[in-house]
Amino acid sequence: MLTAVALAFLAFFLLLPLAAVFAQAFEKGVGHYLATIREPNALAAIELTLLTVAIVVPANVAFGIAAAWAIAKFRFPGKSVLTTVIDLPFAVSPVIAGLVYVLVFGAQGWFGPWLIAHNLKVIFAVPGIVLATAFVTCPFVARELIPLMQAQGTDEESTAVTLGANGWQTFWRVTLPNIKWGLFYGVILCNARAMGEFGAVSVVSGHIRGETNTMPLHVEILYNEYDIAGAFAVASLLALLALATLVLKSIVEWRQAAVQ
Amino acid sequence: MSIDAHGIRKRFGAFTALDGVDLHVPQGKLVAVLGPSGSGKTTLLRMIAGLEFPDPGSGRILFHGDDVTDIPAGRRRVGFVFQHYALFRHMSVLENIAFGLRVRRRRDRPSSAAILERAHRLLELVQLEGLAGRFPSQLSGGQRQRVALARALAVEPKVLLLDEPFGALDARVRKELRRWLRRFHDDIQLTTIFVTHDQEEALEIADEVVILNQGRVEQVGTPQQVYDNPATPFVYQFLGNVNVLRAPAAAPHAVGGVAAAVQEGLIYVRPHDIELAPHDAGGPGLSAIVRHLHAAGPHARLLLEQVQTREQVEVEVSRAELSGLNLRVNDLVRMRVRQVRSFDEDFAI
Repeated sequence: MLTAVALAFLAFFLLLPLAAVFAQAFEKGVGHYLATIREPNALAAIELTLLTVAIVVPANVAFGIAAAWAIAKFRFPGKSVLTTVIDLPFAVSPVIAGLVYVLVFGAQGWFGPWLIAHNLKVIFAVPGIVLATAFVTCPFVARELIPLMQAQGTDEESTAVTLGANGWQTFWRVTLPNIKWGLFYGVILCNARAMGEFGAVSVVSGHIRGETNTMPLHVEILYNEYDIAGAFAVASLLALLALATLVLKSIVEWRQAAVQ
Repeated sequence: MSIDAHGIRKRFGAFTALDGVDLHVPQGKLVAVLGPSGSGKTTLLRMIAGLEFPDPGSGRILFHGDDVTDIPAGRRRVGFVFQHYALFRHMSVLENIAFGLRVRRRRDRPSSAAILERAHRLLELVQLEGLAGRFPSQLSGGQRQRVALARALAVEPKVLLLDEPFGALDARVRKELRRWLRRFHDDIQLTTIFVTHDQEEALEIADEVVILNQGRVEQVGTPQQVYDNPATPFVYQFLGNVNVLRAPAAAPHAVGGVAAAVQEGLIYVRPHDIELAPHDAGGPGLSAIVRHLHAAGPHARLLLEQVQTREQVEVEVSRAELSGLNLRVNDLVRMRVRQVRSFDEDFAI
């Protein structure tokens, strides 16, 4: 009975909207769908989203591994502060995060005059979008790795050290193989969020068509222009990404379970 | 290689793990560092390995007379085996053993074939020939332990350090493995220090026992020395069961065979150093009531209550002796102490 309720709930709130996305996307036919996606502004949005992901995800992987390694394997003052700071983006609304960047880097902001003097643009430009996305997605990899690395302890690393391995060898040969599935999982989640982030990016982007619009922003613009089928066509790409993420995620989870 | 530690201190925040420890381990010996949890024994072992460092300016660690205090773990040539083995879980048994050779700098590194050959030989040495391709999760506790040992030996360490080597094994495997370790040590003659909280284990296989308590060395000696002549009340109580009695209760006329001039303080009596006799036998001794009788196992254990002082006394006698007495709970019995020990200075036997 309970299972039936859960399944009905799932169907109603998750599967139905997903089906609706694709139904709406193809409402005006395949021709309109392809035309919407091939349109230069749409292509620019896709390109910008991919560019953002290509910068943010590797940066977060590097940061996430470094932070998790430090927090899980070492004792140092300020450790609990670092742990809290990593969680900050989860606690703060993305819109606030975007506004903070405007406040810091915007024309009226702290570094605004200096940036203008040096002809650098952060807000209403690609760097701002990358920064905002990086901020919002920064907990994903670290959050995934910290409990895993803490559970694994430091004995294997200590052993590697007594056997003569240096820091890099210990990391590449012992630590990384032990966390690779957890890391992959974190990357998938980080990637999904980086592509789908709306709030923070919306604040810093300025919505310049063909220049600073990411896919979620482009969806909003099309929707506001009453091109419902077009909006859903671009949205269906994001939905496809979500589905691919889910499939990958369950493969990784299955692999992780098999390893343990 | 001999190992010396002088005046080692280590504090973790407000907790003092080691409080001026001196240690001497002679070349080729098997030495047990024995102590309760929190006594600092693992910290001491990690310090010898170079995984932990003494507080600045407090003490030195010497290998064969050379100061290694500031040398990092990787260059100390120590084999360290963790309590939970710390096998690399994503590597096969063979690769685990080969690890120490594979991470060497190119010019010191044997060829891949030579590395594998050496790993195979070590696997033979620890009697696990057939398991080269297995992963750690597919091994039993005792097998993992021996793989960890082989891996430590692969880098030809000058000293072997074992942290609670049998702590995570069940009782039967533990006994088997510790005898195996003793024979193994006799064969390879490598200076070995192992840390344990199990006095039976330490006394059974070590050449020498170092007893640690609250970051200080209480006593050092052969198993027989420390067991027969405990230097402190702590050692006496830690090595086996003991009754601690108020001295007047066991004054000379009462304890029988022992002529002791104890006025006050505490005396220590091992349960098997008490003799029982029928209550009406007369002669020296104390009257006691049998409160509890436990006769399973090779020895019978009794809990007696001394009539005068109402102190509880644990006694261990052979099954034959017990059946000769035909005792039941609440019977009166006469107990005589064969041997007592006091740590009061004016006490003499």
